[in-house]
Amino acid sequence: MKWLSDSKVSHLRALAVEPDFSATKYSFVKELARGGMGTVYLADDTELDRQVAIKVLSTPEMTEDLRRRMIREAQIIARLEHPGIVPVHDVGVLPDGRVFYAMKFVRGVRLDEYAASNSSIKDRLRKFQSVCDAVAFAHAHSVIHRDLKPQNIMIGSFGEVLVLDWGVAKILRDSNAVVASEADTLMLPPDGKPDGKPDGKPNGKKTSDTAHGTVIGTRQYMSPEQARGEIDQLDERADVYSLGAVLYFLLTDQAPGESRPRSVNSKVTKPAEAICLKAMARDRNQRYTSATELSADVGRLLDAEPVTAYRENPYEKASRWVSKNRFLVLLVLAYLLMRIFFIFTSRG
Amino acid sequence: MDPDTDIGGAQQRFPVTNQSAIAAARSDDHAVRQRAFATILTSYWKPAYKYIRLKWQANNEDAKDLTQGFFANAFEKNHFANYDARKASFQTFLRTCLDGFIANERKAGTRLKRGGDVNHFQLDFLSAEDEIAMHAANVDLSPEDYFHREWVRWMFTIAVDALRRRCEDSGRTVHFQLFEAYDLRDDDANVSYASLAQTFGLDQATVTNYLAAMRRGFRRIVLEKLREITATDEEFRTEARSLLGVDVK
Repeated sequence: MKWLSDSKVSHLRALAVEPDFSATKYSFVKELARGGMGTVYLADDTELDRQVAIKVLSTPEMTEDLRRRMIREAQIIARLEHPGIVPVHDVGVLPDGRVFYAMKFVRGVRLDEYAASNSSIKDRLRKFQSVCDAVAFAHAHSVIHRDLKPQNIMIGSFGEVLVLDWGVAKILRDSNAVVASEADTLMLPPDGKPDGKPDGKPNGKKTSDTAHGTVIGTRQYMSPEQARGEIDQLDERADVYSLGAVLYFLLTDQAPGESRPRSVNSKVTKPAEAICLKAMARDRNQRYTSATELSADVGRLLDAEPVTAYRENPYEKASRWVSKNRFLVLLVLAYLLMRIFFIFTSRG
Repeated sequence: MDPDTDIGGAQQRFPVTNQSAIAAARSDDHAVRQRAFATILTSYWKPAYKYIRLKWQANNEDAKDLTQGFFANAFEKNHFANYDARKASFQTFLRTCLDGFIANERKAGTRLKRGGDVNHFQLDFLSAEDEIAMHAANVDLSPEDYFHREWVRWMFTIAVDALRRRCEDSGRTVHFQLFEAYDLRDDDANVSYASLAQTFGLDQATVTNYLAAMRRGFRRIVLEKLREITATDEEFRTEARSLLGVDVK
């Protein structure tokens, strides 16, 4: 038997994991990222001569539930035609039985990487509004994302914002009743154990209980009701919570924790903090009712208008007015100084 | 799919077998246990031998005897039937048993007699020695990591060899030669599909198809082998993750 060097072992390992695209119009280029449910590869579309991102489930053992889930994910994304949602080009099954779907290959950086590149708070807030707009569009089509976090948001090379990874998305009917789906009972462990329960089970509910389901998403960005596994309770406000958590990250450069944003970053203004905390309220009835409402409040913050989440005192009102009308205030001040100057010179 | 390029039938799913040697090791049927043992021995003797050489600082003769002795003892006393998948992976269990066996041997101050009462298996220790000489363990590598690294290498070696034999049996030697020339070559020469097509007198599409079939076959065999030496689905997934680096949820 021929001895295999370390590099050959690595090569063979890659071969064993590498998806076999030979029966498709795609040719493998490289691995881009590995996530909870699947691995994303860069591939060439040999017919249309363009590069695409292809998501394939990582596991070599594909269950029927997982296969359905992948197809469902592709169907959900394909239904959402919006500039802020990455479009799906194709769905198929590889020779080994794994499901794949081809998406637009987004050239850019993840939101967390983008934030690390010294972008200003105003710029971050504008990007955040674009995220809210894409999510609001999905909500309008009765789809909630359920795993919003900076790592699932891309900033394209022209500054466009794209929300990725709709792998744990949920379809709501008009009545907000949940469409039954095997995906709801699938385990996709968060970063930590759900809701701090030592046994990892959501709030004492059985994980096999499909009415409540299993915790899906990423702990730090997950609403409390989602962390408790209350799938039947989830609605748009669960995404609003996650958007609030993304806002927390953009304001503080840290994933949400116990501390208020202003105690992490003293430069965060009180209204900005109030918006963030309102979106992240533990009681979902205290949150913004929609991503659009949240986006509108962020817009007011950017325009130095009063935000709905924060009641200003007279001093703050005046400060904001001065800050917003700085040019006018300077003109008035200049006028007053000139008048004082003329009064003194005319007396002299 | 072109059946001519297909290895292992048209149903291209992996893994294909649920035959676990670990489960078979508990069989009451001696013949079944013997086959299971042969599978376990084939999968682990070489990493075990190298591990003994590294961790226990045994010379090659002692390491040979200890390897033979360990597997013979395990088979005779049916130790592998005691494996509990809930406690650890089989690989960890085997390594722990091996450590225990050697510690006992050393403590007792006995030395297994070569050619004595120990069952002798036909194992190619010379190749293992050559490999140790060629590729010494990194000083930063723990003996446990070294064992795992050498087990991965050995599993892939076995899979490549099985692929070669299957190709020979099915008259697809060109397929394997292509695989060898492109995916197993030792030098870093930049071999292209076009140059292979020219060398083998094939068109480029055929080279692509043959190579894809070989890679599929390789994947399939690796997972078949892995299935053979794991006891449960969970362990299979854990070992697949450790062997292939795939993150199985």
